[in-house]
Amino acid sequence: MYGDLNLSNEIERYLKGEMTEAERKHFDSLREADADLDHKVVEQEQFMGKLRAVANRRTLKAQLNEFHAELNIEQISSEVKPKEAKVIQLFRKYTSNIAVAASVAILTIFGTLFVTNPGKQNSTYSALRRDMESIKRSQNALIRNINSTKSHSKMPSAPGTFGGTSFVLSSDGFLITNYHVINGADSIYIQNEKGDAFKVKTVYSDPVFDLAVLKIDDPTFKSFGSLPYTFKKSKSDLGEEVFTLGFPRDEMVYGKGYLSSATGFGGDTIAYQVSIPANPGNSGGPVVDSKGNVVGVISGKQTLTEGATFAVRSQSILKFINSIPQDSLKDKITVNKKNTLSGLPRTQQIKKLQDYVFMVKVYN
Amino acid sequence: MIKDSYSSDSELIAGILNDSEDALRQLYKQHFPSILQFVLNNNGDEDDAKDIYQEAIIVLYDKIKAGSFELNSKLKTFIYSVCRRLWLKRLKLMSRSAGSVTDFQEFLPIEEDLERHEEKDAQLNLMEGALSKLGEPCKTIIEDYYLHNQSMQDIAEKFGYTNAENAKNQKYKCLMRLKKIFFQSNSKTEEVYVRRS
Repeated sequence: MYGDLNLSNEIERYLKGEMTEAERKHFDSLREADADLDHKVVEQEQFMGKLRAVANRRTLKAQLNEFHAELNIEQISSEVKPKEAKVIQLFRKYTSNIAVAASVAILTIFGTLFVTNPGKQNSTYSALRRDMESIKRSQNALIRNINSTKSHSKMPSAPGTFGGTSFVLSSDGFLITNYHVINGADSIYIQNEKGDAFKVKTVYSDPVFDLAVLKIDDPTFKSFGSLPYTFKKSKSDLGEEVFTLGFPRDEMVYGKGYLSSATGFGGDTIAYQVSIPANPGNSGGPVVDSKGNVVGVISGKQTLTEGATFAVRSQSILKFINSIPQDSLKDKITVNKKNTLSGLPRTQQIKKLQDYVFMVKVYN
Repeated sequence: MIKDSYSSDSELIAGILNDSEDALRQLYKQHFPSILQFVLNNNGDEDDAKDIYQEAIIVLYDKIKAGSFELNSKLKTFIYSVCRRLWLKRLKLMSRSAGSVTDFQEFLPIEEDLERHEEKDAQLNLMEGALSKLGEPCKTIIEDYYLHNQSMQDIAEKFGYTNAENAKNQKYKCLMRLKKIFFQSNSKTEEVYVRRS
């Protein structure tokens, strides 16, 4: 009926309302009769709508820019400038006074310390993350150069700057460790007794619980299979016998002890006190009871007090996992509910457990 | 001093619905200071503030025009919430902050509005991209006719065509080309979406 060009022109005239009443009626009837034509009209209408939207947006933007040009930006920004400016002004004004006050304060502090020089030192909390640099230097002569004999292409050649322990949370590649172990890390690698090494990334961390969740970020990783241990939901009793596995050195070390207090350092209700030998590098290791339930995560110890190690409670771990915001996780962490360690002798328990405990190497 | 001729939010909205430039101007000027304060206090500068503020005004404008703006909250709160979200997103892109900002007022969740806005923006960008790929003289012809609503007669004179028929012929070819470019890039982005999901 029409050529392509004419058809397009007619459709446009129709859509723009430029047709006479009679033409319009005729076109409407054509449209009803010819589905193909109808389709073309709808398509053209939508396309013109899109072009109009572009035009509208351009006009709007030009308008907004015009309004913006009418504003006195300098005046407004001087009114709303960050308050720091004022603090700096004050600081400049009173520098000399502050200097005098500070020196008096320093004199007083050191004077007091000197006069009342305490015979005993206060014990403090120390986090058990291992500083690899110092060990590396002292053992320089003894280090076997693993990299030259085996090809560990996955790991950086230099040893990590810090180390700790971590263990598996769920079979799909989530692990838990202490916040202070991975704090400030550029990259993190983990390795277990078998020699399986993976690159991991931090999914979520919380300095209040001193806990962090790691996720294996390695294409070769499939699954851990089903875990042999569970997380204890209830509170553990004093005197409960517990053990831990950790990496205070490059080999896995077993430590045995008992729950010695229901609270952590300074009455901290997030943690337990455990009497267990622990050294830098044990941080992030699991504390497991005789039935194979994880009751805590080693986090630190009290300096100058023998056998006072602290572990974050398993309830706190579960609370921490539940507090992870949904957007930090792609899929929910499901904690294992079936325990296959209970009733086994200790050596068998360790054998089953050791593949799930990893040495953490932190590079920064 | 600018005289505020619209004294309430609902009057402003009615003004914008009636295409009043004054209403839009007043809305724009009224809320910029608080957004500037927010951005300056959160690691941004005046240009950042302008960018996100204008985007937020566009979100609000489109929402009002679409008739889906319900005055459950103050306009101020809505604008602030959009700006806040946009700024957080931008900070994350520049990785200047770990995702927390200093707030100056309460805010609402506006995820849905932003999603709708981003969808629309993507469509507009697609069309803008197609137009820029079109080349001259097609781009100007199409823009003059469809965007600036000029008559074919004026366009024919401007480009030196002997008559409006020739110009129409040219315009038709240009439109076909634009459609081709647009639908090609459209299907490409759809493919990307499919692959991502």
